Parts: sequence; structure tokens; C-alpha cells
Amino acid sequence: MNATATVSGTAPAENRSAVEPRGPRPKPFFTPKKIMIYTTLVFFSLYFLFPLYVMVTTSFKTMPEIRFGSIFALPNQISFDAWVRAWTTACTGLTCNGLSPGFWNSVKITVPSTIVSIFIAAINGYALVNWRFKGADIFFAILIFGSFIPYQVMLYPLVMITREMGIFGSLQAVIFIHTIFGMPILTLLFRNYFASLPQELFKAARVDGAGFWRIFFEIMLPMSLPIFVVALILQVTGIWNDFLFGAVFAGTQNQPMTVQLNNIVNSAQGTPEYNVNMAATVLTGLVPLIVYFVSGKLFVRGVAAGAVKG
Amino acid sequence: MQPSVSIKDLSLNFGNVKVLENLNLDIAQGEFIVLLGPSGCGKSTLLNCIAGLLDVSDGQIFIGGRNVTWMEPKDRGIGMVFQSYALYPQMSVERNLSFGLRVAGMPKDEIDRRVKRAAEILQIEPLLQRKPANLSGGQRQRVAIGRALVRDVDVFLFDEPLSNLDAKLRSDLRVEIKRLHARLKNTMIYVTHDQIEALTLADRIAIMKNGVIQQLADPHTIYNKPTNLYVAGFIGSPSMNFISGTLDGQTFTAEDGTRIPVGSYAFTTPPTGATKAVLGVRPEHIFIGDGAQGMPFTTEAEVEIVEPMGSETLAWTKVAGVAVTFRCSSDIPLHAGDTITIGFDVARGSLFDAGTENRL
Repeated sequence: MNATATVSGTAPAENRSAVEPRGPRPKPFFTPKKIMIYTTLVFFSLYFLFPLYVMVTTSFKTMPEIRFGSIFALPNQISFDAWVRAWTTACTGLTCNGLSPGFWNSVKITVPSTIVSIFIAAINGYALVNWRFKGADIFFAILIFGSFIPYQVMLYPLVMITREMGIFGSLQAVIFIHTIFGMPILTLLFRNYFASLPQELFKAARVDGAGFWRIFFEIMLPMSLPIFVVALILQVTGIWNDFLFGAVFAGTQNQPMTVQLNNIVNSAQGTPEYNVNMAATVLTGLVPLIVYFVSGKLFVRGVAAGAVKG
Repeated sequence: MQPSVSIKDLSLNFGNVKVLENLNLDIAQGEFIVLLGPSGCGKSTLLNCIAGLLDVSDGQIFIGGRNVTWMEPKDRGIGMVFQSYALYPQMSVERNLSFGLRVAGMPKDEIDRRVKRAAEILQIEPLLQRKPANLSGGQRQRVAIGRALVRDVDVFLFDEPLSNLDAKLRSDLRVEIKRLHARLKNTMIYVTHDQIEALTLADRIAIMKNGVIQQLADPHTIYNKPTNLYVAGFIGSPSMNFISGTLDGQTFTAEDGTRIPVGSYAFTTPPTGATKAVLGVRPEHIFIGDGAQGMPFTTEAEVEIVEPMGSETLAWTKVAGVAVTFRCSSDIPLHAGDTITIGFDVARGSLFDAGTENRL
């Protein structure tokens, strides 16, 4: 009681009119700092989203409407014609079957490459952390060094190697190449993840008599969902977006979607069909986009599930 | 009788770093041995060597008379409990317990029987279907002990099993481990840096420093007759009071000239002539007031700080120019600034050679 009396008695004049501070501090929305932050955020989101907006709206327009010139306008009438043609009849080089063969080629390349590379990298990382062997550090250093060498340097030797193996110009060749090039970064990823798991778990499993594969499949794998999702995002988007290896190693009948997209957009004949080009581009980008959306959620859940002590 | 675990000339190097050197240790059947020492002294390393989780650089390990030096952990007849519990997070308690048995390909009814027995001994039956994440720290460590229990082994290895628990649980589980040992009568090797755990649990304590066992003896001997200055200072809380001086015949002369008679001390190796020495006295062996009467050494001293601990009082004073703590009953009214009579008998204390730091 005394304290309150003193406070109100000696409070400075400018404070007397203000509300007595109590409870949570009020957080006004329109402070200069907040206005700055949100202005910047809105500006940059628009900056990044605008090209996407143009692409999507253009793909729903008809050619006459596009020729009319107002690039930022919404379509007068929504037409799915360009999307259907991009998928089924657009000309990719000599054939005119649209993007769908390319889509399935990309699936045939991405699925095995992703599975094989992640599986091998997971075993690599596990062995490097838990089964220390002579020269493990050197092996790892070489592997990491591999990721610093530009692809272009290795392209020609790899063409010769795959030719000698008799797989050049086939699905196996691209899958082989993607698996190899995924190795350094994925191994690093898995090695670091397994190193962060308690070593005592591994020791306990060894005392329990489990061997290399048993510990890997029954103890380590069930604890590694988060890192598998990360590896999955990396590999699916990386391999799906790849152009170089697909163009070089896959052979004309196995060209991935990215290569066929290039053939559609850069076709030198006829008038450029902007709406078809835009639709084809969005279609090609759809898979990585979906992977980000879906696995992003899964990723968060995976991290939460993996964050169990003991 | 042949020892349950026998370590012969064991050495272990990590590169150029010698972690263990020529270590010898025989552990009797059913004995509870505690390896005690500060972190980095090699006690956990030694345990990992016994378990077979680390390859030794030299020497041999025998368990139950078999040379297991080159054997896999699972073939050594050991069960191990870790500080971080190391439970498999995605398996239920029951599957955690049975994992090792399933790996060994044991018949299902035998697995069930053993899991049931272990769960009953450790009183974790209601938890069998839970995941480790849904257990408290104490329950997790029980399951971890159970995992060693189901394997029906001769030797249990504990690697600081209680260090992750809070003080209350730690003392509860400590008693349970002692009860478990009384019931199972297995050989147990227990690593800890906690001297209370060591003193309460052990049949014998091995105090380690820099990869060398300093003293291997029963808790009473370790506490009352430490073999060197290191052991004397490491064991006991608050630690032993040390007074430096010179020993000549029957008299110890402290550095400030205070003379303390040592006629009653039982020398292991009586020194000849004047020797630089350190006198060690435990806080509870210093008496005050009437209790100090008749002690071979008494002096007047001023109390500097008083720390009431509830059941007893700890006080700081100065004897022979050195800060000294003593323990007394909390019923005695003591205040800082009081001048009191204090005294002790060197027979209860320890004398060390100042040069070699070994017990005299």
C-alpha cells in the first residue's frame, strides 16, 4: 500500500496522463519498424510472383487475345486449350506428342535415381560414422572433393565410360550418372545426421548382437525419417530439373521433360505459341512444386517425430 | 576360484595418446566393482574394452575364464547399461527388451518368459507396451537395466547409469541397483564419477587417474587409508584437510611452526630422518569443545564461516595457518567469530610423503 502511494505521489508529470503499465505490454501495429518490414516483404513477394502470374494468365488465354498485347490483363475467357495441346500435341523436335512422353521419361529417370542414390548414400553415411574403417576419413575427403569439380570437366570422360559400359544413350546411363553425382552431398547429409544420433544406441545394439545390416535397418532407418525427406526433396527436384545429363546421356527416345520443354519453347518453326509455351513450362515445374508443398509438411512432422530423446 | 573378469596388461592408444597402459585387474565372481575417477581418466574406455566395443592395443581380457579379447560384444557374456539409456526409440519397451534375444534367434516362448521375469524384477510390467518417449528418466533406466537382464549374462557393465537422473531418482535407483545385485549375485562393473555411488555400491572401488588404477580396495579402506594424496583428495566431501610440513621422528612440524604429535600414527613405511610430508585429516575427525579434550593435538581456533547442513554443521577455521573444515553436530551452537578448542588424533588421519605423494 505504501509502495503504491509513493509511486502515484512521485510519478513524473508526463506519466500521470498515461495508463498505469500492467500486464502485457501493448503492441501497436503501425510502428515505423513494422511498416518497413511489411512494405519490403510485400514488394519482394510481388517481384517474385509477378512472372508466375503472367505465365499462368497467359496460358489460359487464346492466341488472338495474347496478340492484343495487354500482358498483365486477366484472360477474357478461360481456355484450357493451351494446356491440352502442351500435354498432348505440341511439337518437340520431330515428333508432335506434347510433353506427356517427356513427363513419363522424367518419372522413369527420377524414381530409380532417387531411390538408388539415397539408399547408397544412407549406407555410406552410416558406415562412415558407425563402422570406422581404415582410411574412412580419406575416403570421405575424396567424396566431398568430388562435389567441387564442375560437371563440365567430367562430362566427356563420363560419355566415354558409359559408352564402354554399353549403356550410353539409355535410361540406365542417366540413372547411373545421377546416382554418382548425388553421392557427395547425400553422403555428407547422412553422415552428419547419423553422427548426431547418440553413439550409445549403436553400442547397445552391438551388445545385443545385431550386425551391420540389422542395426542399419532396424535401429538407424526408423530414426532417420527427417533426413530421408530432406534427401528426397533434394534429389527429386535436382534430378527433375536436370537438363544437361538428360540431354547428353538419355538418348533421344528417353529425353526428360526439361529437354522436351526446351524443344517446344525454342522451336524455330511457325509462330511462337506463347500460351502453349507457358502451359508447358508450368507443367514441367509442377512436380518440384508439389514435392515442396507435400514434403514440406511431412518434413516438419518428421522432425517433430524424430525429436524424441532417449 | 578363478576370477569372473580378468584384465591382463591391457593397453589402449588412440594414435599417440595412451589412454590405458598396462592395466591389470581381477574381479571375483559376484563382486561389485566400481571404477571411479574424474572425466577423462579412462574408466569408460576400460569398460568399453571389456564390452568389446573398443579394440585393445595390447593385453588380454578374460571373462568367465574364456579369453574374449578378440570376441564380438554379444559373445562375451555381458550386458551393458548406458548413461543415455540408449533405448531404441521406435520400439516398445517389450521389443526393446527382446531385441537382443530376437537377434539371437531365441524361441518365442523363451523370449516371453525372460521378458516377463525381467519386467517383474524391475517392476516395469505396466510399461511394456509403451514407447521410450513416454517414460520418465527413471523408468527408461529401468528398461535399460532390463535389457541387460534378459540376456541372462554373468557380467553386468554399467556406464554412469545414474548420471542423467535428478538427485532424488538417483538415490532411489542406487538402492535398487544394490538390491538387484543382492538378488542376482552377478559380477557387476560400474563406472561413475560420483563418489557417493561408489562408496555405497561397491564391494571394491578402483580409483583411476590418467588411465592408471591408483588404489583398488574396499570403500572403508579407500576412505580411511587412501594410498596417495590424489585418492585422499578425491574421496570425501568436503574433502580432506591437508597441512604441509616436516616429519621428524614422532613430531610433525607444520610450515608455520605448529608442532603436531604423530606418535599414535600407524606407519606403513616409517620415514628415516626429517621428511617433507603432508598431513591429512578428514573434517569429521576433528573434534571441538569437550570432544577435543584428551586428543593428542589441541589448539584454540577462531570460527570463520559456518555452513549449517541440517543434520550437521560444517565450519571453516584456521589451524597451523591453513584453512581447515570440520564437521560437528548441528545441535552445537556455532557462530562466525567464536573462539573454540579443536583437536584431532593423527591416528585417524593420513600422512603422505610430500615428494612421492604416497602414504607413509
